[in-house]
Amino acid sequence: MKYLPLIWAGLWRKRVRTVLTMLSVAVAFVLFGVMHGVTAGIDQIINQMSDSRLRIQSRVNITEALPIAHLGRIENVPGVLGVGYYNFVGAYYQEPRNQISAGAMDMSRQTALFPEIKVPDGALDAMARTRDGALIGADLAKERGWKVGDRIPLRSSIWMRKDGAQDWTFEILGIYSWADGRVPSNEFWINYQYFDEERTFGNGTVTIYFARINDPAHSAQIAEQIDGLFANSANETQTQNERDWLRGRIAQIGNMAFFVNAIIGAVMFTLLFLTGNTMMQSVRERIPELAVLKTYGFSSSAVVLLVLGEALLLCGVAAGIGLGLARLAQPSIFRAIGAGGLALPWSVIGTGLGVAAVVAIISALPPAWRTQRISIVDALAGR
Amino acid sequence: MSALSQMGAVTGMNLRSIPRRLGSSSVIVIGIAGVVGVIVAVFGMTRSLSQALVDTGRPDRAIVLRSGAQNETSSTLLVDAFATIKNAPGVARTSAGDAAGSAEMLASVNLIRREDGAQAAVGVRGVEPTSATIRPEVKLIDGRMFRPGLREMIVGRGAQHEFKNLEIGDHVGLRDSVWTIVGIFESGGDANESRLFADAQTLMSAYKRTAANSVTVLLESEASFDEFKTALTTNPTLSVSVERERDYYQRQSEDANTFFDLVTTFVGIIMALGALFGALNTMYSAVSARTVEIATLRAIGFGASGVVSSVLVEALLLSFTGAVVGAAIAWLLFNGNTIGIGNNVGTLVFQMRITPALLGSSVLLACIVGLLGGLLPALRAARMPVATALRATA
Repeated sequence: MKYLPLIWAGLWRKRVRTVLTMLSVAVAFVLFGVMHGVTAGIDQIINQMSDSRLRIQSRVNITEALPIAHLGRIENVPGVLGVGYYNFVGAYYQEPRNQISAGAMDMSRQTALFPEIKVPDGALDAMARTRDGALIGADLAKERGWKVGDRIPLRSSIWMRKDGAQDWTFEILGIYSWADGRVPSNEFWINYQYFDEERTFGNGTVTIYFARINDPAHSAQIAEQIDGLFANSANETQTQNERDWLRGRIAQIGNMAFFVNAIIGAVMFTLLFLTGNTMMQSVRERIPELAVLKTYGFSSSAVVLLVLGEALLLCGVAAGIGLGLARLAQPSIFRAIGAGGLALPWSVIGTGLGVAAVVAIISALPPAWRTQRISIVDALAGR
Repeated sequence: MSALSQMGAVTGMNLRSIPRRLGSSSVIVIGIAGVVGVIVAVFGMTRSLSQALVDTGRPDRAIVLRSGAQNETSSTLLVDAFATIKNAPGVARTSAGDAAGSAEMLASVNLIRREDGAQAAVGVRGVEPTSATIRPEVKLIDGRMFRPGLREMIVGRGAQHEFKNLEIGDHVGLRDSVWTIVGIFESGGDANESRLFADAQTLMSAYKRTAANSVTVLLESEASFDEFKTALTTNPTLSVSVERERDYYQRQSEDANTFFDLVTTFVGIIMALGALFGALNTMYSAVSARTVEIATLRAIGFGASGVVSSVLVEALLLSFTGAVVGAAIAWLLFNGNTIGIGNNVGTLVFQMRITPALLGSSVLLACIVGLLGGLLPALRAARMPVATALRATA
């Protein structure tokens, strides 16, 4: 530690070069932090998903509805504690570009299945009493400035009303939110029974069922049992726990990890080359100074360590700055892709600092090694 | 000596000395190559994705959706509206004399991707027989056309390339029904090539649907669009929106690309910044390595402009070399690759095309970065006090 000032002074010998090297290393680690942060964040979301809740959808595709008659049969499967359902309602407010993500469901079943949904006292009773009532997410309420008691006319390009009216008007009875803030609270929830009675087609069907099970360890067997109930019927199902479902859903986007790694690989290679060159140049220029250190009695290995220490300090500080910036940017990036604010995990920062250390050592080792062979007399004479 | 010939002499001398500074010069070349390579790859992917979508639409075709629907999946058109739409003014006729309109249904089926065995969605488009007139770009390359009334499908080459079990004779399970693949088609690498096509009537009856998602019509000419649109939107019995097919797909590509554009712009800016710092660093050290040489030149009467231009030309040349290397590597690695990007209703399979325009603009960007990186060091070189610099030892 007592050599820190010496290392620090060596670093600032050529101020411009050090600043520029630091900036390029920092920039590379901003990219590293953000890209790994996104993939790590997604993994984190996947791991936090419940494995004791199952999602039951059509085997053909999520866009295929399932009959509401499946409800009773799923409830009777041993190990299933409770079942809820959800019908996707694509809607918009006033203008088609104001898309509203609406869902029709049995509200009391839904809140029993998802204890992480926070609903104000009395709102559930109000929903049970008011057929055309709605609960809206806190984010949606904030975005649109809607409040309890407002009557909101929604339109849908998919669902038509039996009475021929264009508008589906709902009275807001309460504001819900997801407890942990990781899921955006931006949906418009309505009563399934009312919606199903009013729509012209698709009656008696739902988009998806949710089931809570007694033991996550048995989720595969229970899922198999549920799918077995409807095998070879007109409405075959595909049952997965929430965690596996999300994993599959993200895999559908395409092979993103490959792109992330390829980009980071290219950046790191470039970076290594750049710092390596700077290090070598710096050592070359200072051979007479290093010879002075040796004259004072510094051992060869101490000089090697000094050079290595300088590289480590340079890369460490720069990587720290870059990763810090990435951490600051991360929550807004996640909000931009609609996944709630998520902090850059410490594991990514740790890996980043580790990579920085590797870059520093690989780039500083060859010139540091060369200092061992310095002949003091030659170096001092400038030969 | 004129200023121009001075510049030429100093620059030439400098360039000839690059081999002696190979290590630090290659930092610029490799740094810029990395940046250009990544930028070409990332932008190449998003541009190709847009192109595949935009190519699907033609200006002389129109697509009719339920008013308020943003895309086909979120649109429902009831059977009663079909005839009114197809027989509206401005719609072309087939050789048999029918209105060239096709009421189409879109469904999705989950299939297994070849690459990783993961499940992903593929779009199934139910089309009417008039589709052959409306979409002449759809050409069978193997097998035969499906027969209306039978549960048969033809598969686009892109979908077949991306997914397992889509060969002729293979079976695909849709809702309560099993369909046989009887042919393979191509349509110029557009979005339809990532889908399965079946007969609309047969598909709708298998799904027990009485509504379609959209009606696509071939117009008599591009100019008949307004006439067609006015006829439909002023008809009080209809509640539809009418768009030129080209505009519709343009909009789809913008929707698909908002996310990717954000990512590519971010990556591009960050990498260009990194390259700029790298170039500055290299050129500063190039100048500092030439301190004595530059001072000597100044002492024997060479002007500042010669010194400045020698540094700028070196930076430009090195970054140009790097850009060409990076662009070539990206082109070799990625041009012609097939990529599938999907959501839960379908997967778009497209070929990555790295266009000369993209290559040109990224090389240009690299040269700008190189010039900027050379500017400050060049000014420093020109301003160096001759007497001190001559005594420099480094």
